[in-house]
Amino acid sequence: MNFVQNFPFFSIVLSMFSGTISSVLPEKAAKILNTVLISLVGLMSGILLVYLMETGEPYVYWMGHFPAPWGNEIRAGVLEAGMALFFCIIMLLSIMGGRKKLFGEVEYSKHNLYYILVNLLLSSLLALVYTNDLFTAYVFVEINTISACGLIMIRQNGRTIEAAVRYMIMSLLGSGLFLISLCMIYDLTGHLLMSNIKESVAVLAAQGEYRVPLMVTIGLMCAGLAIKSALFPFHSWLPDAYGYSTVSSAAILSSLVSKGYIFLLIKIIYRVIGFDIVMQSRIIDILFIFGLMGMVFGSLSAIRESDIRRMIAFSSVAQIGYIYMGFGLGTEAGMTASVFHILSHAATKSLLFIAAIGLTDVSGGSRQFFDLTGAGYRNKMAGVAFTVGSLSMVGVPMFSGFVSKLLFAEAAIGHTYKMLPAVMVLALSTILNAIYFMKTVLRIYVPEHKADYEVITAKDEKEYAVTVACFILLNIALGMFSQPVQSWIHAGLAMFG
Amino acid sequence: MKKNSAFARWFYGEKDTLLDRVEMKPQPEYQRKESDYQKLLEKRRQLFAQIYDEPNRKLKAFGLMYRIAAIIFCLMLIFIMLMTVSWLPENGNPDNPVNNEVSARYIENGLQETGAVNIVTGMILDYRAFDTFGESNVLFIATVTVLILLRLDPEKKAKIKKKIPLYQKPLDEMTVEEAEAHDRVYEPKNDLILQKVAGFLVPIIIIFGIYVILNGHISPGGGFSGGAIIGAGLILYLNAFGFEKTERFFTEKTYKWTCFGALSFYCIAKSYSFYTGANHLESGIPLGTPGAILSSGLILPLNICVGLVVACTMYAFYVLFRKGGF
Repeated sequence: MNFVQNFPFFSIVLSMFSGTISSVLPEKAAKILNTVLISLVGLMSGILLVYLMETGEPYVYWMGHFPAPWGNEIRAGVLEAGMALFFCIIMLLSIMGGRKKLFGEVEYSKHNLYYILVNLLLSSLLALVYTNDLFTAYVFVEINTISACGLIMIRQNGRTIEAAVRYMIMSLLGSGLFLISLCMIYDLTGHLLMSNIKESVAVLAAQGEYRVPLMVTIGLMCAGLAIKSALFPFHSWLPDAYGYSTVSSAAILSSLVSKGYIFLLIKIIYRVIGFDIVMQSRIIDILFIFGLMGMVFGSLSAIRESDIRRMIAFSSVAQIGYIYMGFGLGTEAGMTASVFHILSHAATKSLLFIAAIGLTDVSGGSRQFFDLTGAGYRNKMAGVAFTVGSLSMVGVPMFSGFVSKLLFAEAAIGHTYKMLPAVMVLALSTILNAIYFMKTVLRIYVPEHKADYEVITAKDEKEYAVTVACFILLNIALGMFSQPVQSWIHAGLAMFG
Repeated sequence: MKKNSAFARWFYGEKDTLLDRVEMKPQPEYQRKESDYQKLLEKRRQLFAQIYDEPNRKLKAFGLMYRIAAIIFCLMLIFIMLMTVSWLPENGNPDNPVNNEVSARYIENGLQETGAVNIVTGMILDYRAFDTFGESNVLFIATVTVLILLRLDPEKKAKIKKKIPLYQKPLDEMTVEEAEAHDRVYEPKNDLILQKVAGFLVPIIIIFGIYVILNGHISPGGGFSGGAIIGAGLILYLNAFGFEKTERFFTEKTYKWTCFGALSFYCIAKSYSFYTGANHLESGIPLGTPGAILSSGLILPLNICVGLVVACTMYAFYVLFRKGGF
């Protein structure tokens, strides 16, 4: 076995181990460890991605001395490795961008607890990406849920505690539904390993046995993960959780935690139930309708919102709707578009959160729409970043959001009966996006000369400037050079099959 | 970038490039009128009054509808689930899909392959040790979140102590708030009966917990159940004798280092085993004779680690909920 093939295992175990170590480290050392860890894991994932691109073959890795159905197993393909790399980049940038704010909002003695949460969150995301076993996935879903709760409430005020409680209730409901479906699929197939379940399910579907329980199982899995990733009617926990938590947490939650669950759902669709069986079941149409509704209603809520952080949070509801709409199309192209949108939304939404905090900081800490007047001049980096993020979300060419919208439209065209609603809602949602994002961009560039607001330049906050620059470059890179990314997604999805 | 170039002036917000070229009116600077602000405040006050103070018929009707809808939804969900259960394979049937090669190997070869007489322990700590590692991290992260939520920082603690000096007031004259603070800082209650019984029970409970952990691979039990028993014993001891006694052997430092040591050992030991297993190397850990205490390779030390983590977690939860710190 090649040494590179150990990397997925190393990244999961290292991030768990550094979570343990952080508990006895002083705050500063925990911070350094966290940065080193994320960079190291990112580097390893990058090397693994290159290696897998060369060999073109996914492989399984035993976790212990026993082969798969008996022992645990993880699996790595190009999509997994690339996702791990991407998650690491976004996480590192989100933490860097919010670090100054962390000092203001979280007691210093609790900083190492924060880094424990982040390290374990990273490990759980990696495990969700690499796992080849449904029960392992469930264990790490638990870690993911608890650490996300901690990330929300580490900034302690009434709103965040309430948001954390709400998140916990909704998220545990999602976990519960997922666990029930897990038990049922184990009862039906006798396996927990993804590839074995897929074989058994194919046999069951061909023989027409256990039709009802199988359908309920697929439904519960989709519902559980949809609740956890805030698909439209289950999004009530989202605005508070993203709107009031400290900014790194908000960026990580919106761009990584929900995406981890969506990636797990993709894995389930491809590797557990089988693409064709999921597509034949009508459940995918329900996801399609919820996705479309989310695209419209999320944007409408965002238009009504005058608090900039909550506005961005509501925009997430719309973007998650896009992703589920792509699933709902039920084609390979729709799935590719969804995976691309996972990347583009993660890169853009964390940028927007980081930019918004820069804008509110120079507006006397207020997040109200009218108080932001002229904030783009007072903090130019944040202004530019917010503009780039907004343009990307609206779908202006050159930025990543445009490519994902184009892919969605292309995927929808030619579909017999889903084409019309998909394309129409896509257009409507784009206009709604433009209304609230452009409104804000215009507002932050309305000149207002007030003496009592401080002005922040790149020299004052070097780390912030670097973060924002990296985010903007990432966004433009995804928008301008989307072809290799698309072919990577195609290769990855093909390896899933 | 030149200071006076058109671009620089636009960049610094001094010049509007569209002005004089496109027919347009510059947007006026936003000024919030005092009267508007008052109106907004009034509106908000009215809204709050509507929601919270006055009997609100619409809200009540909505609440009623909401409850009815929730009940109907739950009943439907229950109906669907029950129906599904009736379609599932019959319980106890030997032809069920669950009775396949996976469980057969656990039952038939479990003893030889893991060296553990207790198959369940062999399964969770050897076959599927990765899941169990995740599970002990779940406990660890749960304590971390409770620490975040409930741990009082030293300043706050000192404030409470300052506010209510020792035995300044008799207990029944205190306000609720004071009594709570008093209760947090000053223990114990000195209940003689409880102390006598605890003095008798606690050693037995803790020894039984240790027995359950150490025999996890031989008889029913293991790290999770044994750790819970030890944790319960510690909590009983704390309740009887108060923090002054427990702090002599169990402080935040003890908790931190015990958890760290146990989880690190688990991580390192299991990483070694995963690494050798995946690369098809010999691990070189002897399995011993099944049935002996020192047998079944890594399972015994791992059981001890899990037991320590569970006991510490239980105790830490109790202490944090009790007074927000160790």
